[in-house]
Amino acid sequence: MASEKTMTRTIRLRVNGKEHSLEVPSRRLLVDCLRYDLGLTGTKEGCSVGVCGACTVLMDGQPISSCLALAVFADGKEIVTVEGIAREGKLDRVQQSFIDHGGFQCGSCTPGMVVTARALLDANPNPSQDEIKEWMLGNLCRCTGYYQIIESIQGAAGEASDA
Amino acid sequence: MHNFEYREPDTLEEVLALLGELGEEAKIVAGGTALVIMLNQRLLVPSHLISLRKLRDIDQIESSDGTLQLGALATLRAVETSPLVKEQSPVLAETYAQVATLRLRNMATVGGSLAHADPNQDPPVTLMALDARVGLASANGSREVALDEFFIDYYETVVRPDELVTRVMVPRAAPHTGSAYLKFLPRTSEDYATVGVAARVSLEPDSGVCQDCRLVLGGVGATPLRARDAEDLLKGQKSTPELLEAVGAAARQLTDPVGDSRGSAQYKRAMTGVFVGRAIDQAWERALA
Repeated sequence: MASEKTMTRTIRLRVNGKEHSLEVPSRRLLVDCLRYDLGLTGTKEGCSVGVCGACTVLMDGQPISSCLALAVFADGKEIVTVEGIAREGKLDRVQQSFIDHGGFQCGSCTPGMVVTARALLDANPNPSQDEIKEWMLGNLCRCTGYYQIIESIQGAAGEASDA
Repeated sequence: MHNFEYREPDTLEEVLALLGELGEEAKIVAGGTALVIMLNQRLLVPSHLISLRKLRDIDQIESSDGTLQLGALATLRAVETSPLVKEQSPVLAETYAQVATLRLRNMATVGGSLAHADPNQDPPVTLMALDARVGLASANGSREVALDEFFIDYYETVVRPDELVTRVMVPRAAPHTGSAYLKFLPRTSEDYATVGVAARVSLEPDSGVCQDCRLVLGGVGATPLRARDAEDLLKGQKSTPELLEAVGAAARQLTDPVGDSRGSAQYKRAMTGVFVGRAIDQAWERALA
């Protein structure tokens, strides 16, 4: 196996608004491509089986688990990671609200939480508490600050509706 | 993960030609939610992956002559949110909405979830209760298989190595029919079911007795299980607590669950009886509505 040539593919993708063309091994996971090939280490790998939500990124606007996607799946796609949520150095409302409402403790789950919450508010600017729970149930926080996370999202939604 | 070649044809014809050529050497990938884990854990080591991700037009959800057609590449989320599915088969939309998490439902596909044949999944249970049929295609032609005859064993189906699942057909329900899918989740809401039960009940409008029914159990055997003996007990009868008890007991007989963190084998068997009764109740109520 050691002498075997690694099969690769060239992929073109947009990450946080920037075009990339990369040659990646066919077996490269998207989460590894983002972290190691593109240096975007905001996305965390937690469980590696699509359960914990730490590796959540948006693919064409929809939350997915980047640990379950091969990098080649992103060919021709638009990816948004937590690094793409803030604009021009200014925190997104969701990020500010997580700070204001104490929506994180150790912070490991936070990138996935913020990315999912942003997608939720894009799809539904004023979600009910049940809708927030439905969207967020796959993002686990082992510090268990779930109420503050819900409050953070509600806080961002409230401001969004005032804007 | 091992080294493999990734092929991504633009057309269905090319996919089928490649499958014909490579057969068991290749694995098909669509959403990847199941396959990528199996590759990562080296449970599968195919020399090639044939991706369906560049194919167009087999992700459609449509209806023709009352039959709902789900393209194999439709995501679970697309089915769950489809106005057409909600209107024609609310129980199907409800079932897809209960699978794992939104992230997974954005990735996983209708066809992949059937071909993967994990008996813990929700959609096959409801689809079987709705008399769904699966469309298969190969370079040599196409065929249809009743979902009832589709699963063979854990992760094993009648799909041949050169075949691809292309669509799922769900016939329109008869008048005075109600359906329900109940998923027993004692731990967390994104988990697999301890047991999942789908019931479909058609009532004879004048007498109010059960004219026809389907009962399918998920997570308590090597495949989704159709409880035919239990169905027979219900046919021609009105629903009573005693009858539901007997129907639940008959369904329980069929199960062969594996004890795990979701419950011991004995517990899963006992809960099958309970949830069969509740699923019939709900389906019956909907048939009357």
